[in-house]
Amino acid sequence: MIKKFDKKDEESGSGSNPFQHLEKSAVLQEARIFNETPINPRRCLHILTKIIYLLNQGEHFGTTEATEAFFAMTRLFQSNDQTLRRMCYLTIKEMANISEDVIIVTSSLTKDMTGKEDVYRGPAIRALCRITDTTMLQAIERYMKQAIVDKVPSVSSSALVSSLHMVKMSYDVVKRWVNEAQEAASSDNIMVQYHALGLLYHLRKNDRLAVTKMLNKFTKSGLKSPFAYCMLIRIASKLLDETEGGHDSPLFDFIESCLRNKNEMVVYEAASAIVHMPNCTARELAPAVSVLQLFCSSPKAALRYAAVRTLNKVAMKHPSAVTACNLDLENLITDSNRSIATLAITTLLKTGSESSVDRLMKQISSFVSEISDEFKVVVVQAISALCQKYPRKHSVMMNFLSNMLRDDGGFEYKRAIVDCIISIIEENPESKETGLAHLCEFIEDCEHTVLATKILHLMGKEGPRTPQPSKYIRFIFNRVVLESEAVRAAAVSALAKFGAQNDDLLPSVLVLLQRCMMDSDDEVRDRATFYMNVLQQKQKALNAAYIFNGLSVSIPGLEKSLHQYTLEPSEKPFDMKTVPLATAPITEQKTEIAPVATSKLPEKLAPSRQDIYQEQLAAIPEFQGLGPLFKSSEPVQLTEAETEYVVRCIKHTFAGHMVFQFDCTNTLNDQLLQKVVVQMEPSEAYEVVHCVPAPSLPYSQPGSCYTLIRLPDDDPTAVSCTFSCTMKYLVRDCDPNTGEPDDDGYDDEYVLEDLEVTVADHIQKVLKPNFGAAWEEVGDEFEKEETFALASVRTLDEAVGNIINFLGMQPCERSDKVPENKNSHVLFLAGECRGSSGGPFVPLWGETPTGFKSGTPHHLTLRTEEASRMRGETSSSNLKKSRRFSFQAP
Amino acid sequence: MDSTSPEPSLYTVKAVFILDNDGNRLLSKYYDPELYPSMKEQKTFERNVFNKTHKADNEIAFLEGMTIVYKSSIDLFFYVVGSAQENELMLMSVLNCLFDSTSHILRKNVEQRCLLENMEGVFLVVDEIIDGGVILESDPQQVLQKVNYRLMSEPAYGFVLFDYITGNLEAQTDRSQLL
Repeated sequence: MIKKFDKKDEESGSGSNPFQHLEKSAVLQEARIFNETPINPRRCLHILTKIIYLLNQGEHFGTTEATEAFFAMTRLFQSNDQTLRRMCYLTIKEMANISEDVIIVTSSLTKDMTGKEDVYRGPAIRALCRITDTTMLQAIERYMKQAIVDKVPSVSSSALVSSLHMVKMSYDVVKRWVNEAQEAASSDNIMVQYHALGLLYHLRKNDRLAVTKMLNKFTKSGLKSPFAYCMLIRIASKLLDETEGGHDSPLFDFIESCLRNKNEMVVYEAASAIVHMPNCTARELAPAVSVLQLFCSSPKAALRYAAVRTLNKVAMKHPSAVTACNLDLENLITDSNRSIATLAITTLLKTGSESSVDRLMKQISSFVSEISDEFKVVVVQAISALCQKYPRKHSVMMNFLSNMLRDDGGFEYKRAIVDCIISIIEENPESKETGLAHLCEFIEDCEHTVLATKILHLMGKEGPRTPQPSKYIRFIFNRVVLESEAVRAAAVSALAKFGAQNDDLLPSVLVLLQRCMMDSDDEVRDRATFYMNVLQQKQKALNAAYIFNGLSVSIPGLEKSLHQYTLEPSEKPFDMKTVPLATAPITEQKTEIAPVATSKLPEKLAPSRQDIYQEQLAAIPEFQGLGPLFKSSEPVQLTEAETEYVVRCIKHTFAGHMVFQFDCTNTLNDQLLQKVVVQMEPSEAYEVVHCVPAPSLPYSQPGSCYTLIRLPDDDPTAVSCTFSCTMKYLVRDCDPNTGEPDDDGYDDEYVLEDLEVTVADHIQKVLKPNFGAAWEEVGDEFEKEETFALASVRTLDEAVGNIINFLGMQPCERSDKVPENKNSHVLFLAGECRGSSGGPFVPLWGETPTGFKSGTPHHLTLRTEEASRMRGETSSSNLKKSRRFSFQAP
Repeated sequence: MDSTSPEPSLYTVKAVFILDNDGNRLLSKYYDPELYPSMKEQKTFERNVFNKTHKADNEIAFLEGMTIVYKSSIDLFFYVVGSAQENELMLMSVLNCLFDSTSHILRKNVEQRCLLENMEGVFLVVDEIIDGGVILESDPQQVLQKVNYRLMSEPAYGFVLFDYITGNLEAQTDRSQLL
């Protein structure tokens, strides 16, 4: 017998794909035989298959033609061929969104779902629910309830899963089926158990108590389905996560007991849940790690992958817990699946000893070209972490990184390498020259503008301070000759920094800049002209202000101020001091070491937090005329996390005022709060000027109210102040379900925790990339030296951290990192004070003496530019509490 | 990437697809409307996955933030895609069920030609294993029982005889028409 597609193959001359040259119009033409009597099941089946195949390939069907085909298809319900009927269900599902009036098949499907043929019932339910909307759902509700508790597992499962899909659309209807779902959960069939559990959880997930009850019931009764167990583990760990309690609860015991389940899927789920728990102790981790260790030698690649990926995650937080698995991980290095091998090596790099680093690096370089970019980034991140751990190994790493830099790879990968090299350079002064040399070589042939400009910026910063700055000039100037505008402009800026720092290079740099003034691009010419003129002045202060440490204002803020200025032209020149300062970028080290799909993240300069606040506050009429926003603090919690009302406060500092923004959330679903204000009682000479209430605070919708305070300008020592806060509001009781409030309410109040204003609130962080230059710029005539005792601090690290937190200033030149085994340290801080004429700039030179011990004196030397000077009053006890800083006019 | 534990949900499978040995789509279903909403994005994703996986039969890969488990047979590639947080073994059980059920309805001839000739059977198998991203069934025996599918081509001679005896000639005429 000849196969049925052979003839067509010969006609089309195609290979073995009988569907390859399907024409939509031809298929729709063929679909007319659906109307013939008697129905020919085989041919109809084949045509339906073709239609579904075309839809699957992404062929577009117009509404008219789809509807026509759909209506023709409905005739096929007359045939009793099983496969044909099943294909009709599939067609209904596929066409549910493209054809019109699909609901005409409702009665046929309802008949099938309640009929005698069990084979039809499940699929009919699924098809029916796909075409049903909320109003029609009520009509079939009775059938759905019956189907959920049907004794045929496929019917019950289909009904449960379809109900789950409909929860999104008609929660209120599906909610009524809870009892049926409850009954289904005790079914003997494992899939029915699983689906019932899933539906029950989705219906109850907002009700913690109900979820807890459900968990208790199922963890005791013992389910048979491994899928259901996995679901239970996830629900349990989510509950644990939310309660933030200790891990001695029965929930944790349940998860741990799942480690002894006989199904691998459940065991892995439990191990992974334990690993993902925040603040897990090493002892709690141990059993999870040991099952993962067993999985490492599984013959199944997926299991090995799962195990090593999870171990990798453990290694990030608890490297010592994974050390026991080192031998098993060693075996995985040669795994044929490169993803597994890479994860094994990166895990070993985190857990292994310093001596194994060389060997692992050699092994990894043997196949680094075979793995996907995602995993290459993982490798680079592991190296970056390693460099922080073993600074002495930086030469090996640097070599390896430079080799990787030469290989092919996408932008993300190259960027990870460049970032890693830059961080090594910053951590290890002795690696600076080799690192810079590798980067110089890289930008010779670099197609990514962003990276090239970044490296040029770094060279401008670091290059002039190396023993032989002249050798970098050539690399930089090559960029000016060969590259695109953005890179040329960056190169010009870098050149200027060399000229400003090194007097002997200045004449040559001036010659080079002269040439750049002929550039075809505006920006490059402008920069060259500007730097040229600044450099020719040969003044240190000018160099510091305009070449080393550029603008410290916020760019979106500057844009807005300039726009405002052009709208209202005035005789006065534009005043830079009216522009809000930039908040110093948070230079948090990324510890996340895992393959990430970063490609989807938009690379956009988002306005900073402060710019957003500035915008929000400016929209409130009461706060106009306060001037630019100087600083916004981190939110301070004024209530416990689990109280009736959750309130946090953000302190916004202006030149002469402060605005307290209270973000309140009402967590009671039977109350509606109105006219919410926070009343503040200051302890010092602060004056409450105005309160802006939040008009209405419905359940779980956060709202903000504001309080405006005038800062005392006559008493410069009143820097810190404590406010006692009370929230006052009008309560209206309401129906928890509908949210409909009663007509009348009553006044009530709620006492909040005290709020403190400290020195840090008056100082904005300013990053000075070249601290030395900024220090010189201010000069020693404005210098003030004081000695402090740090009583309650034990380590140097702690002292540095406390000082930074207390003063709220920006550490510069990475001086916040205390090198190991040192007993003295110099900390550079920079910041700007609120107040007089836009705020003077305060660099601060903090030096701890040799032989740091608790309670030893601590020198603080500060230089401020004008009006205000900072005076510290010494006090012998705790730095945070009793030290008072005050401002004093000279 | 996944510092948080996965949200408890039955929606396990993000996508499933079967590709031929040139990476062309034979069958594919995407269950998360937010993941690759357009046909173009879907096909690019399939192409990327294919390029990374067709050379070595490694069973599992991680691409574009997705965990992908896969299996190949002669000129066919079966893929099941889940989120990065998903339990890899769950995805594996779906893949194994898909492969075993397909293999059974194709009488162990898991190759492109046979698959295309029995496309409707494969559509039905996928429909019985996953419904809108939820695992409906993971036991191949159960799936086969529910699909109750008979192999399309090469009907056994016994069937013809049986049809003849029972007087069910409809199927026969159909076959002769196709000849």
